Amino acid sequence: MSGPGPNRKTSGPGRRPGDVVFAAFFLVVSLLLLSQLGNETKWVQGTRGFAQPAFWPAVGLVGMSLFACLHFLGTVLPSGGKGHVRETVFWFRSLEYAIWFMAYVWIVPLIGYLPATLFFVVCLALRNGYRDPPMLLKAAGMGVVIVVVFKGLLSVKIPGGQLYEHLPDGMRNFMLLYL
Amino acid sequence: MDLFLSSLQMLARWDVIAALFIGSIGGVIIGAIPGVGAAVAIAILLPATFSMDPIVGLTVLLGIYGSSMYGGAIPAILINTPGTAVNALTTYDGHPMAKNGNPGRALSLAYSASFFGGIFSVISLVLLSQLLAVIAPHFGSREIFLAALLGIVLVVLAHRGQVFSAGMLACFGIFLGTVGLEPVKYTRRFTFDQTWLASGIDLIVVVLGLFALSQAFLLLVQGDERPRPGRVTGGLLAGLKELLGFKRVASVSASFGVLMGMIPGVGEFTAQFLSYTYAQKTSREPDRFGKGAPEGLIASETANNAIPAAAMIPLLALGIPGEALTAMMLSVFYVHNVIPGPQLFANQLDFVMALYIALFLLNIIVLVFLIFSTNGILRLVRIPTRFLGTLILALGFVGVYSLRNSMTDCAMAAGFGVFGLILKRLQLPVVPVVLGMVLGGIMEVKLRSSMARVKTPLDFIDRPIAAMIFGLIVLVIGIHLHTSWKRRKRNGYTTGP
Repeated sequence: MSGPGPNRKTSGPGRRPGDVVFAAFFLVVSLLLLSQLGNETKWVQGTRGFAQPAFWPAVGLVGMSLFACLHFLGTVLPSGGKGHVRETVFWFRSLEYAIWFMAYVWIVPLIGYLPATLFFVVCLALRNGYRDPPMLLKAAGMGVVIVVVFKGLLSVKIPGGQLYEHLPDGMRNFMLLYL
Repeated sequence: MDLFLSSLQMLARWDVIAALFIGSIGGVIIGAIPGVGAAVAIAILLPATFSMDPIVGLTVLLGIYGSSMYGGAIPAILINTPGTAVNALTTYDGHPMAKNGNPGRALSLAYSASFFGGIFSVISLVLLSQLLAVIAPHFGSREIFLAALLGIVLVVLAHRGQVFSAGMLACFGIFLGTVGLEPVKYTRRFTFDQTWLASGIDLIVVVLGLFALSQAFLLLVQGDERPRPGRVTGGLLAGLKELLGFKRVASVSASFGVLMGMIPGVGEFTAQFLSYTYAQKTSREPDRFGKGAPEGLIASETANNAIPAAAMIPLLALGIPGEALTAMMLSVFYVHNVIPGPQLFANQLDFVMALYIALFLLNIIVLVFLIFSTNGILRLVRIPTRFLGTLILALGFVGVYSLRNSMTDCAMAAGFGVFGLILKRLQLPVVPVVLGMVLGGIMEVKLRSSMARVKTPLDFIDRPIAAMIFGLIVLVIGIHLHTSWKRRKRNGYTTGP
């Protein structure tokens, strides 16, 4: 979290690389959404303005557009810093891990929570350059602890995997309930 | 007395006691690991607490909230890296003091100051609760609407130098809260004919994305760091005695913490800034600040630890969260159909009092735990950051997926994760998005219900509390415009508001 204080950098001139890219993108998205206000909300006859379904989306979108415009002007008017491309590339690099995350989400219902978690944490540890067996064992241990704590002890709602259906009866029930 | 006993009875259960220990000790450990922090932990644990009793779930979350800043002081002092964002100011004097050969003294002072701030805040909360029980019922729809509006205004203006971006992100939060089926006329808003958007964008999905997944992505994309703090020797109780020599600074800082914590949208940073400035201006040795001044360390740690209990005041009394962590806790109340606000004080004061007692106890548990286990915690500070990223990602999955077993929620959370990463890289504030979402929803409902009895705009502020809050909003905006204008004039019209 950021907040006001002596430790925080302010966004005056000499902004961070990528600021102008983000400001422009946000402004365009705000204006596009604002242009859809009429299509994506309904006008209800006989209802006062503040109670119209469109009222609060309008408040949000007009505010977004107005502030985004001012923020954009603030990033463009002073001489912008360098490194916008490098920073944008950094943002795109995070998409790789979003894909890893979605792959994990996808395999859990197929192979089950415990095998999927073990597979995920060990593969991600390898991807991050951890090659030594102790580190990989720690990653696997961490995966087991997460599954046991959350599914086994706290009983969070995570369905059993399709793979569990092929296990012997007693073990299948145990795996479906706790792992 | 009956009230106190009834509250104690609520807490005297094994599951509540376990929650208190797990929350407070877990919070210290989480706070001590740079890159995690209370927001990430609370976001991850939130769905798991939905199946618990409200008092158990809230005790875990309060434990994490109230104790993480204690833990955050450890890496701030020893390796110059704050464990949580609010410990950043602690590095100013804590780290130089450790570098000068006094790490034990610095940690001991930080723990003692944190303890003082925490206890001072809980006592203030208890003393204020009778007053709140009287005032809160006078808050009708329009007063709550205006208080929520004040929260939005303050969260935007509190980000000095980033007002435009904070305003933009708060409005984005308001917009996000409106997506889906509108609750009164049942019309769809911004669903683009997609069924998965009809039920709206879940606050927890946004919170998990913005806080937990974004942090995981950030740690994974950045290179590995493996901090190596040394062992701490010396008694860690000595700080309590040393703190007695700085009673004035500690009391004023704790008061700033309580006051700023109570005002929605302001929070720890302003309280710390005011406390630190006060400590420096009134010190006999102002030049020592930033080089290991004990008053600086005390001001920072006392102020930030006084916030959690105080931040519960607007949440419990009015149902208005003042910052992201209490916004997350609000969802625990709603899930269990416990609606915070004036009625909670009128009908369930024992529940409120039980939360206060839990806050009080957690401060004691944490202090005792830290005195005996600081060196053990230091081993956790050494976890490589990319490994930590993997851990947060795996835990983030539990948080999002266990909500509704929805792949769409996970995809949305991943999207907000990337968005949060961009905000963090640009040092733009994340909190206004969450507060915009929560307070926007409150404002929509309250404006609708209050306007039924309002004929002219002046009727809206014809009650004393409503008029007072409205006056406060005008005053805050006026002061901000005035100081911005003065600053721009001084700086030759080069900086933004």
